[in-house]
Amino acid sequence: MGSHSSAAARIPDSDDIRRETGFSQASLVRLYHRFRSLDRNKKGYLSRADLQQIGALAVNPLGDRIIDSFFPDGSLQVDFPGFVRVLAHFRPVNDEDTRTRDPKEPEPLNSRMNKLRFAFQLYDQDRDGKISQQEMLQVLRLMVGVQVTEEQLESIADRTVQEADEDGDGAVSFLEFTKSLEKMNIEQKMSIRILK
Amino acid sequence: MGFQVFVPFCPWKVLLLLVALKCSEATSDLNESTNATAQHEPNVRFAAASSEPDEKISVFALDYDYVQIPYEVTLWILLASLAKIGFHLYHRLPGLMPESCLLIIVGALVGAIIFGTDHKSPPVMDSNIYFLYLLPPIILEGGYFMPTRPFFENIGSILWWAGLGALINAFGIGLSLYLICQIKAFGLSDINLLQNLLFGSLISSVDPVAVLAVFEEARVNEPLYMMIFGEALLNDGISVVLYNILIAFTKMHKFEAIKPVDILAGCARFIIVGLGGVFFGIVFGFISAFITRFTQNISAIEPLIVFMFSYLSYLAAETLYLSGILAITACAVTMKKYVEENVSQTSYTTIKYFMKMLSSVSETLIFIFMGVSTVGKNHEWNWAFVCFTLAFCQIWRAISVFALFYVSNQFRTFPFSIKDQCIIFYSGVRGAGSFSLAFLLPLSLFPRKKMFVTATLVVIYFTVFIQGITIGPLVRYLGVKKTNKKESINEELHIRLMDHLKAGIEDVCGQWSHYQVRDKFKKFDHRYLRKILIRKNLPKSSIVSLYKKLEMKQAIEMVETGILNSTSFSIPHQAQRIQGTKRLSPEDVESMRDILTRNMYQVRQRTLSYNKYNLKPQTSEKQAKEILTRRYNTLRDSMRKGHSLPWGKPADTKNIRYLSFPYSNPQPTRRDLRAEELADNSSSDSDLSFIMFNANSQTRSLQERQLIQEIIPMKNLNRGGKPSNFGYPRSTSQEERVGRGRWAALRPKPLFHSVDEEYESGAESEEEASTIGSRWSAEHRRRRDHRSHSPLLQKK
Repeated sequence: MGSHSSAAARIPDSDDIRRETGFSQASLVRLYHRFRSLDRNKKGYLSRADLQQIGALAVNPLGDRIIDSFFPDGSLQVDFPGFVRVLAHFRPVNDEDTRTRDPKEPEPLNSRMNKLRFAFQLYDQDRDGKISQQEMLQVLRLMVGVQVTEEQLESIADRTVQEADEDGDGAVSFLEFTKSLEKMNIEQKMSIRILK
Repeated sequence: MGFQVFVPFCPWKVLLLLVALKCSEATSDLNESTNATAQHEPNVRFAAASSEPDEKISVFALDYDYVQIPYEVTLWILLASLAKIGFHLYHRLPGLMPESCLLIIVGALVGAIIFGTDHKSPPVMDSNIYFLYLLPPIILEGGYFMPTRPFFENIGSILWWAGLGALINAFGIGLSLYLICQIKAFGLSDINLLQNLLFGSLISSVDPVAVLAVFEEARVNEPLYMMIFGEALLNDGISVVLYNILIAFTKMHKFEAIKPVDILAGCARFIIVGLGGVFFGIVFGFISAFITRFTQNISAIEPLIVFMFSYLSYLAAETLYLSGILAITACAVTMKKYVEENVSQTSYTTIKYFMKMLSSVSETLIFIFMGVSTVGKNHEWNWAFVCFTLAFCQIWRAISVFALFYVSNQFRTFPFSIKDQCIIFYSGVRGAGSFSLAFLLPLSLFPRKKMFVTATLVVIYFTVFIQGITIGPLVRYLGVKKTNKKESINEELHIRLMDHLKAGIEDVCGQWSHYQVRDKFKKFDHRYLRKILIRKNLPKSSIVSLYKKLEMKQAIEMVETGILNSTSFSIPHQAQRIQGTKRLSPEDVESMRDILTRNMYQVRQRTLSYNKYNLKPQTSEKQAKEILTRRYNTLRDSMRKGHSLPWGKPADTKNIRYLSFPYSNPQPTRRDLRAEELADNSSSDSDLSFIMFNANSQTRSLQERQLIQEIIPMKNLNRGGKPSNFGYPRSTSQEERVGRGRWAALRPKPLFHSVDEEYESGAESEEEASTIGSRWSAEHRRRRDHRSHSPLLQKK
């Protein structure tokens, strides 16, 4: 415990971060350790290269996009608060959170909406708020093996957009996206146990 | 489908016929074949030849005695192997029941045949043979293939659970049975406390590894997997130690003479035996790792060294009455890390396969022997004893699971849920270990040995069949919620995306561990141990030939993937490119969903799939290869499109000179080969992996990026400190592009290998990479001849 408290003291703005993300002190400390171990040259921030070092991400079909999501708005570096902010989306949802929450405050980062938003931006690379058929196709291409032909992929992408698109604009907006996933247990699918 | 199942049975019938035939022939020839005759056989043979001075030389003669034992043993093993082939042919079967079920059935069959033909079975199992020959391979295999990182992360819980659990079970069952025996009505009062305790210790030895294959299907979480694995590993050792201690006690005939001092001595002995065994194992592990450092010229003996030293550690520990099992386990764990880096590629493969084979053979023999003993006359059935044994086994396991985990959960960061605990409780499947110990009970000390054996057999059969078969559905029931089957394509796609996303973020988070201890160990390891135990860098190969070789591989690869991408499948007629809102028929939707389900990449499994009976199939490598190839192609295409990189910054020559960093290469060739082996064919497309993947970052992103920043880190990923030699300065823009490509080509598989290692052995390539990166950059700092770029290079 002693080491933890000193480590906590070293984390800048730890209270703000905790308030914003809802992580427990212990989790925050662990994340800080992880941040430090990823940050090879002790620069104090992470670059894309640091994240690309993670071997398993290289063979994740969405590896690049996941790394991108850590660098919003085209930045080249992510500092610890930014790092934690992204990971906060994956914090498991507690029921007490929702009950005791003050409705006037902004939603916690790990709410269902925010989780969905996070997933949405994996598709929507040009940040126009809609998933076009092209973007859907790109994601499909990433996730499907090489033996599926281009035509098949295109028709699947078409179909996917079609199914979700309600206002007929040929693209899937965030609301339509949410609606198509209303039956899914997002809170469980996008929660990581160790981030409690 | 039905036909497929029948097919494997045909060879069985033929084989059974053969066996029966042989047996019947044999019986007509046999007088008594006991152990004694087996040894006298060679003499008998010649004696027979000389004592019967026949005038004629018989053209055909049958001498079954001579070959009986090896012959039958071989037949048994073959039969079991055929059964396994059949078992795996029907691909859903391994997920439904543990493979032990199959082995037991085969054993029972063989037993039935032997019993039916009134044949005396070969004496495969006696105490010496079991402890000296049959048991070590099984333990060695368990220790060697153990995923070390998760094991050591959970070591506290595992020790607590396995150690205390075994003790609680043993004493609990023993004591309860003793109480039952006191009841006169059951006719068991001649069994005293010690015998009951001994029986308790042997019956509490579980073999849950058998159910791990069943867990595969349901993908249980990693800590749970490790608990079960760890329990299996340590359990054998603890049971045997307890068994031996209690046997020693039993030999002291006067139970009243057992004072508390003796009991304390027993406990102390327990600890010493355990720790001593581990110590021996570690010492032998280091010795063998050290020796493999010098074997590059005679790589054929490398597997020999590995096996002999492990076996030696077992024997040496046994000599001193220490726990050979723990010794051999520790030896395997220690040795594995260093030996794997030292031995040649083929030795590595040989070791793996041979180990699996040996343990497979041992276990098969034990199970068959078990089957043989089942069908026979040496049983003593006592309803009370058997039923109560069964009941107590379950009860005490439940007690120990829930009690121990309740306590350990207080100290764990991520406690085990009740569901997890139920699964652990239910996975208490007994196996070969219990049977062997029961069978080897000395009859002199245990007049009612037959009853013990019967009870053990009943427990084993019950747990293996009933628990083994139902645990799969149970895990699925507890774990997975019932989802609506009619998922739209949307959901299908998004679910998979989220799974990948979650897996990726989990990787970013890494796994928590006890940093300080592990870091310290890693530092120590790197600074001292690796220097001593791992081979120095191999002599540098010629740069030009290396270049050429890799270039050729790359060229072949590009052609191959080009071909792959253009293979066309037949597409449904209506599923052409649709503009607008044309409605598709349900069959098309169905076919689309099929395509998706079948072809989407699987989410990487953090849980290592340990299969006791065969080596992990290579499907994940294929998938990884595809993903990395795709990345490479994307990057290649984007680079082809022009000088200017997608992210907008023209590459400049200065950057390229980076590529000319010489980096000495010792082992990419070997690493290549190893990754080749992993990749399942001799392609080097895993080269492609290079992972220009990192450079591949977002072709869509709008920001500028330093090319250097991208490429350098790739070098950082060069695993195992093997920077390769490169000295090709390029200054023209023409060569630039080529250079980049070539440089990419040189990117050796190490990355792939390291990635794969993360799958297979849980090695943290990140941590490795960090130390390697620092080493690498230290080397390069001297050679850097221009300033730049990436702050990455400026440190250390």
